[in-house]
Amino acid sequence: MRGLIFAALAGALFGVGLLVSGMTDPARVRGWLDVFGAWDPTLGFVLTGAILPMAAAWRIAARRTRAHTGRPMPAPPAAIIDARLLGGAAIFGLGWGLSGLCPGPAMASIGFGGVPVLIFLAAMVAGMGLFGLIPRR
Amino acid sequence: MQPEWIARFAGGVMIGGAAALFLLLNGRVMGASGILGGLIDGSGRANAAERLAFLAGLAGLPALLVWTGLGRAAAPVAGPWVLVLAGLLVGFGTRLGSGCTSGHGVCGISRLSVRGIVATLVYLLTGGLAVMAARMLGWSA
Repeated sequence: MRGLIFAALAGALFGVGLLVSGMTDPARVRGWLDVFGAWDPTLGFVLTGAILPMAAAWRIAARRTRAHTGRPMPAPPAAIIDARLLGGAAIFGLGWGLSGLCPGPAMASIGFGGVPVLIFLAAMVAGMGLFGLIPRR
Repeated sequence: MQPEWIARFAGGVMIGGAAALFLLLNGRVMGASGILGGLIDGSGRANAAERLAFLAGLAGLPALLVWTGLGRAAAPVAGPWVLVLAGLLVGFGTRLGSGCTSGHGVCGISRLSVRGIVATLVYLLTGGLAVMAARMLGWSA
């Protein structure tokens, strides 16, 4: 039960952070990505702000075997750069640039983004479902 | 008037703080596409309640803030068909590449993960190309 409350709190703080930082504003996000045009470099402030507390958290996590709820800390990912990672990131970036929306901000906007955000989310869920249909080894 | 960067930075700290809480309290990596994707393809069935609780907080509090006038809603930049295409690309791409801005960007870069850093550079590059293409094609809302 505590795990669920913590998860909801983390989700809520994430959502407020996305709202305050401007990540839920597609026009601003497009400006952040527009490196070949009228680039707005203030995305760097968002990323720096986000990375600092998380870097500290990883350092704390490295000294512990378990999280507060007793779950083991996640293992570090294998350092494999493969076609799946590169292709997936490239495809994701195209969609992000076209819409100014990535998964977190899209879900954070569900209550106020109106029909456009709902359309985007429905298509995003369909894209995830499509991937799930591909047989894996 | 407060400088623009303060809001950007403060919002970023909240995002990173949320990821830090999720890691230290729940032992989870906070990746938005992974949390939702696991519910959609069934791979996250074992901890579906935790995923749903996270998503409820993520969708709920920002909605409350906007409805009470404390936060501001923003306008879309693309028409419905572009949003459909973009949503399909984002959904498929984040599952193929195992992460999005929160997983690879925030959680990956902060642990100096080579995968996270490379993925972030790639999606920033194609994101920039897509913005340029959308402008040339006149794709806007």
